[in-house]
Amino acid sequence: MANKSKSKKNVDRVVIRFTGDSGDGMQLTGSRFTEATAIMGNDLATYPDYPAEIRAPAGSLAGVSSFQIQFSSDNIGTPGDKLDVLVAMNPAALKTNLADLKTSGIIIANKANYTDKNLRLSGWELNPLEDDFLRDYRVIALDMTRLVSNAVEDMDLSLKLISRSTNMFALGLVSWMYDRTLDSTINFIKDKFAKRPELVEANIRALKAGYNYGDTIEEIQHVVTVSKATFEPGVYRNIVGNQALCFGLITAAEKAGLDIYFSGYPITPASDILHILSGYKNFRIKTFQAEDEIAAIMSVIGAVFCGDLGITATSGPGMALKGESLGLAVATELPLVVLNIQRAGPSTGMPTKTEQADLLQALFGRNGESPVVVIAANSPADCFSTAFEACRIALEHMIPVVVLSDAFLAHGSEPWLIPQTKSLPKIRTHLAGKSNGFNSFKREEKTLARQWGIPGTKGLEHRVGGLEKDIETGDVSYDPINHEKMMNLRQQKVDIIANDIPPVDPFGDKNGKVLVVGWGSSFGAIREAVNRSRKENHSVGHVHLRHLNPFPLNLGETLLKYQNILVPEMNSGQLLLLLRGKFLIDASGLNKVQGKPLGVDEVYDKIIELAGA
Amino acid sequence: MSEVSTITLSKKDFISDQDVRWCPGCGDYAILSQVQKVFPNLGIPKENFLVVSGIGCSSRFPYYLDTFGFHSIHGRAPALATGAKIANPDLSVWIVTGDGDSMSIGGNHFIHVLRRNFDLNILLFNNQVYGLTKGQYSPTSEIGRISNSTPFGSVDYPFNPPLLALGAGGTFIARGIDREQKHLQGLLYEAYKHKGTSLVEIYQNCWVFNDGAFASLTDREIKMETQLILENGKPMIFGRNQDKGLMLKGSKLEVISLTKKNSINEVMIHDEQNKIQGLLLSELTYDKNYPTPIGVLYREEKPTYETMLHNQLATALKTRGKGNLDKLFNDSHTWKV
Repeated sequence: MANKSKSKKNVDRVVIRFTGDSGDGMQLTGSRFTEATAIMGNDLATYPDYPAEIRAPAGSLAGVSSFQIQFSSDNIGTPGDKLDVLVAMNPAALKTNLADLKTSGIIIANKANYTDKNLRLSGWELNPLEDDFLRDYRVIALDMTRLVSNAVEDMDLSLKLISRSTNMFALGLVSWMYDRTLDSTINFIKDKFAKRPELVEANIRALKAGYNYGDTIEEIQHVVTVSKATFEPGVYRNIVGNQALCFGLITAAEKAGLDIYFSGYPITPASDILHILSGYKNFRIKTFQAEDEIAAIMSVIGAVFCGDLGITATSGPGMALKGESLGLAVATELPLVVLNIQRAGPSTGMPTKTEQADLLQALFGRNGESPVVVIAANSPADCFSTAFEACRIALEHMIPVVVLSDAFLAHGSEPWLIPQTKSLPKIRTHLAGKSNGFNSFKREEKTLARQWGIPGTKGLEHRVGGLEKDIETGDVSYDPINHEKMMNLRQQKVDIIANDIPPVDPFGDKNGKVLVVGWGSSFGAIREAVNRSRKENHSVGHVHLRHLNPFPLNLGETLLKYQNILVPEMNSGQLLLLLRGKFLIDASGLNKVQGKPLGVDEVYDKIIELAGA
Repeated sequence: MSEVSTITLSKKDFISDQDVRWCPGCGDYAILSQVQKVFPNLGIPKENFLVVSGIGCSSRFPYYLDTFGFHSIHGRAPALATGAKIANPDLSVWIVTGDGDSMSIGGNHFIHVLRRNFDLNILLFNNQVYGLTKGQYSPTSEIGRISNSTPFGSVDYPFNPPLLALGAGGTFIARGIDREQKHLQGLLYEAYKHKGTSLVEIYQNCWVFNDGAFASLTDREIKMETQLILENGKPMIFGRNQDKGLMLKGSKLEVISLTKKNSINEVMIHDEQNKIQGLLLSELTYDKNYPTPIGVLYREEKPTYETMLHNQLATALKTRGKGNLDKLFNDSHTWKV
């Protein structure tokens, strides 16, 4: 590695976005940079964003793929609002991302891709790298294709292969700028292309060429360093939200002593869960790619009836299709977990973009009154605990649980404190043993959970189904009073769970001017905004709800301790509606439905508006 | 499964304490009775039976059998049975469905369960009408059917269930008739014995909304002329005096008279494992110029989905060892703080 001739400058946090055509390998570049950053001990949060089309026309605006990372010496919860660095491999990427770059931020562009054709495709009349359009920024425009070509001159590679390696050049350069080592990426390349030594060589040379090029750039005066963040002691790894969900499920199955049965139908952004789980067959995970969304949940119901821990995952449109089946799970009181990785809707909407607009669907999106438990994850790493909690509630209460995650969490990543598996609690089940005179409707007093009598166990033969059942015997019943009792029972089974979850304990001020109430992936943005406003001596608290149905017992009284309640959501006010309806309070919303995560600044501005009033 | 040899069960072990609520005279009673007669003789512990249904008259079936039962939602029984069979391959799983349930709202699950070849059994009660919703034409009703939803006659062509099943990759396709109880009983045993998805289409009379739909097949006077009772390895002959047969002419079946000497030699021999024959027989379903085949139309041996899946699980366990959470969590770059 070249000796660095430039001085170092330490900063608290950096936000970088790698952008390019879908075929430019930006997701790979971003995830490699992320791993190197994790190794440096910074706190980090990432946000991949890519088009729904697998290969949109090359060079078009629709085909831009991006990967954003914020890393810091502080604890952070978001991938950042404004960019310090924008890597724009082509003019379409520059066009769609420039608005997010800070004034005097750095643009790194591959000049070779700023051709007349690409400029035209992305709507630039003039080449922005050549006029003074970018005067407010620091522009590093390089012909990366030629530079890589020089580096591999003796290798006789095609131009196509050379341009495919330019992402490694960009990665090398950014790694030099922010003092990241290349080791983990070099190992990765060796692994990934083990069977094609010429690709290993070309990619490593491109990476190093980018790194070494750093020293020669005049626009850059310093190598920027970021100190290690302070973490709670323990062993960490970086983890992506969907992967953390899977780990939580696997852990819960082990703690309950059950096999996992998972079925799903491919849908963005939930498909990874099927991919990941199907790889872990040695954990006795049975996965089934069903013919449709309905078959997926119905097969889960069948497996749960037979004693497996049953899980399905989907996104909004699939959730709509699963509605009737979820009602059947409510009626038959079977413990299953439905993961809804939300995306922007309605209908097909924007499949790869994030939103949290399925909360009311989760609560009410079925016929009749058919209450289910609803919980939400608040960060990629938190997906682990959320999945575990979902399985715990489902099994201990014999009830279906809906988990809300979203595209932002699903693909985002952050460091995860690896838990001590031995210290995690066991999960109880209501599996019945051999019996004479088995009654599946005999209930546990504390939870009202019924008995789980599975096929293959002598004496437990019984019938279940979607018809209303007698509250004592479980036999089919059309009795009007019985029906009302059963409706109340099903609601009570949900309500009672409030006794089995932690009360809310506001972060920050325990009473005062503003309480920010959030749920789901807006956690990081809200927490940072609250921290910032409290540093400025505003009296602000933050409650982030994991449990959305039922709410924690003390939520109502907590809300009353503040003058203003602010509910930021990536929807048009769904939690807001619930809080106003249930607690008769005059809460206000901060609502954004752009398929993009909430930013710290916008939450902060709203807090200040309320705190100052 | 050491208990198997000592099991002695009888029909009454399979009669539940629920009142049967089909219309008096419904063909479903006869089918229920046959199932209750067959189950005790399969050598399976009672607790290993699971009967799954969707919605419709036939789908009340599980309530009347004293086994594990799941009355699910419209059309989805095959999907539920799929999960059950994967979770516990030892179970004897029976799906009870109707022509509306399986051919219409549940068509997708029907073809996919056949394609995947789970070792389970589907009893398709085909009465060519929607009974529980009071008489609309169904996907197996003939074109022109006058019903409450088609007062001017239906303009909908019917599904041909065996042909659909064959196209979907079904490995056991049979047809029986509610009134032909002994014959039906035999089919239930064959269906159970087949290691794969067994489809038994059962023509079932709904005397309230579609009475006599199968009269030509059940009427004592004429049924010998209209039923072609298939037996593997035997010639396809029928008629009151067993004086007619089916012959393959070109690529079509033809009815021939057996009165001429040696004409029996021209009659096609039923080969259950011959898919082309299965296709030709299925094609006779709605053709009034031919007898209607009953019995096993087609049979094929191939590995079941659950066997292949559980083999993968066993192999993974053997080659990778039992999953270990700590190892799993640490399978990426880690760092200590």
